[in-house]
Amino acid sequence: MNTIWALAGVVIKELYRRKDFYVLFVLTAIITIAAGMVNFFHDPKIVRYVKDICMLLIWVSALVVALITTARQIPAERESRTIFPLLAKPVTRWQFILGKFLGCWLATGIALLIFYIFFAIITGSREQHWPWLMYFQAAWLQWAMLAVVIALSLCGSIISAAPSSTTTICFIAVAGILLVGGHLNTVALHQTQPLQTIFYTIYFLIPHLEWFDLRDRVVYDWGLVDWLDCVLATLYAAAYTGLFLLLTWIGFRRKSLNT
Amino acid sequence: MKASPYLVLALVLTVCFTLATGLEPRATTWSNRSKSGNVFSVLFGDGRRLFANQFFTMADVYFHSGYYPSIFDLRGDEGPKEIVAESHGHTDSPEDEIKEDFLGKPKDWIDRFGRHFRITEHTHLEHGNEREILPWLRLAADMDPQKIETYTVGSYFMRQHLNQPREAEAFLREGLRNNLDSYEILFELGRLYNENYHDPNGARYVWQLALRRWMKQDSALQNENKLAFDEITVNLANLEREAGNYEDAIRWFQAAQKVSPDPGALQQQIDEIKKKMAAQTNAPAAAPH
Repeated sequence: MNTIWALAGVVIKELYRRKDFYVLFVLTAIITIAAGMVNFFHDPKIVRYVKDICMLLIWVSALVVALITTARQIPAERESRTIFPLLAKPVTRWQFILGKFLGCWLATGIALLIFYIFFAIITGSREQHWPWLMYFQAAWLQWAMLAVVIALSLCGSIISAAPSSTTTICFIAVAGILLVGGHLNTVALHQTQPLQTIFYTIYFLIPHLEWFDLRDRVVYDWGLVDWLDCVLATLYAAAYTGLFLLLTWIGFRRKSLNT
Repeated sequence: MKASPYLVLALVLTVCFTLATGLEPRATTWSNRSKSGNVFSVLFGDGRRLFANQFFTMADVYFHSGYYPSIFDLRGDEGPKEIVAESHGHTDSPEDEIKEDFLGKPKDWIDRFGRHFRITEHTHLEHGNEREILPWLRLAADMDPQKIETYTVGSYFMRQHLNQPREAEAFLREGLRNNLDSYEILFELGRLYNENYHDPNGARYVWQLALRRWMKQDSALQNENKLAFDEITVNLANLEREAGNYEDAIRWFQAAQKVSPDPGALQQQIDEIKKKMAAQTNAPAAAPH
C-alpha cells in the first residue's frame, strides 16, 4: 500500500507544479466574477445565472484537469524511460496502475475542493446562505464520476500512445454520455431493427455518468438527494472504475514498455 | 545595398497606417453591422437571433426550475412557451399538467434510478423568485431586439410579480424604439398604465394607438393575430365601462365579438351594461315622484 501512496504522491505534486489547474481556476474565477458583476434591471438579488455559469465551468474544468492529468501519466513514464527503474523497485504493474489512478483521483479531488470552496464563497456572498450538505453531495458525486473518467482515461492511455488523442477521445465519450447517454433508450424506441438493439446495448453498457450531475439541483435549490441513492450511485461508479482499471491492467500486463 | 530591418519595419508600419486611413471610411459602408451600437450584432451578425431564441428558452427553463423537456422528450405538439402563456393570463389546468408530464413512466431500471437525481416535479417560480428569468430575457433582447415577446414577457413579470413598474416601462420603451409598429408592446404598455400606474387616460391612449397599429397590418396578418385585437378591444371596453362611458364600452365589446372565440360571453357583458344604462335613465325619471 505504501508503494501505491508513494506513486500517488508524485502525481499530486505534479498537479501543483503544472499550470493547467491554475489557468482553469483563474479563468473560472474571472468569468464567474465578471458575470456576477452584471446588473440586470437594478435587481441585486438575481443569482441563479451566476451559479449556473460557475457550476458549468467547474464541471468543464474538473473534466479537463482529470483527463489531461491522467492521459499523460503512462506515456510520459514510458517516453522518459522512468518506468524501467520504477518497475524494477520492485513495483508490480498492478500497483503502478493503482498508484497512478489514486494520484490522479486525489489530485482531481483537491482541485474540485478548491473549485467548490470558491463556488460557495461567490454564491453565499449573494444569497447569504450556505447549503453545505448540498454542496458536499454535488462535489462527492462529481468526484465519484471523475473516478470513472480517470479509470477510462488510464485505460485509453494504454491503447493510444499520444496523450492528446486519449484526452480528445475520452472527452468526446464523456461529453456524449453526459448529453445523450440517458436518452438512448428514448432514441432506441424510434429506431427499426437492428439499430434498436444496438442503441439498447450501448444504453445498458455505458456508465450513466449523467446521474452524478447535480448541477440543476444546486442551481435551482432543489434540496438533497436521498443518501441511500448517493451510496448506490457511488457503488455503481466504483464498479465501473474497477472494471476499467482491470481492463487497464490486462492491457498493461502484456504491453511492451519500449517506445 | 543591405537595408536595416528597423527601416523595413518602419516602412511596413507606414504603409499599414496609410492603407488603414484610406480604407477605414470605405469599410464602414461595406456592412451594416458596424453601424449598430449593439456589441452582439457587431460580433454575431444575424446569427445572434439563434442565440436569442436559446436565451428565451433558458428563461422558460428557469421559470420551471429546471423541469424542462430535452430535444429527445419533445412530442412535436408544443404550444407557446409557458412564460408567454402566463404573460397573457393563462394558468395551467389539470389537462395541461398531464400534457406537460413529458417524463411519463420510467422505461427501465436505469431511467427509474436516474430520476432520483433529476428534477421531476413541475413547478413555476413564485414569491419574487421570478426575477431569476430576467437575465436571460435581457440577453435575448440584446441578441435580437426585434423579438417582441422578450419585452412583453419581461415587462409582465417585472410589473406583475416583482413590483418593478419603472423597469418594466423602460424595457417596453426600449422594445418600442426597436419595433416602432409593435401593437403587442403598446398593449402591454397600456396594461402597465392601467394596472400599475392607475392611469386610465394613458392606458386608453396607448391601447387606441395599439389598435391603429394592428389595423395597419395587411389582412392576412390581421387574420393571424385576431387574439391581439380581441385582447386590446376587450381591455378598452372594460376601461370604458369602469370610467362610466357605457356607449363606448358597448362599441368595443361589439368590435371584439367579431373575432372573439366566445362571443356569447361578450354579449352577456353588453347586456349587463345595457341594463345599467336603462337603470340609470329610469332612476332620474323616477326621482321627482
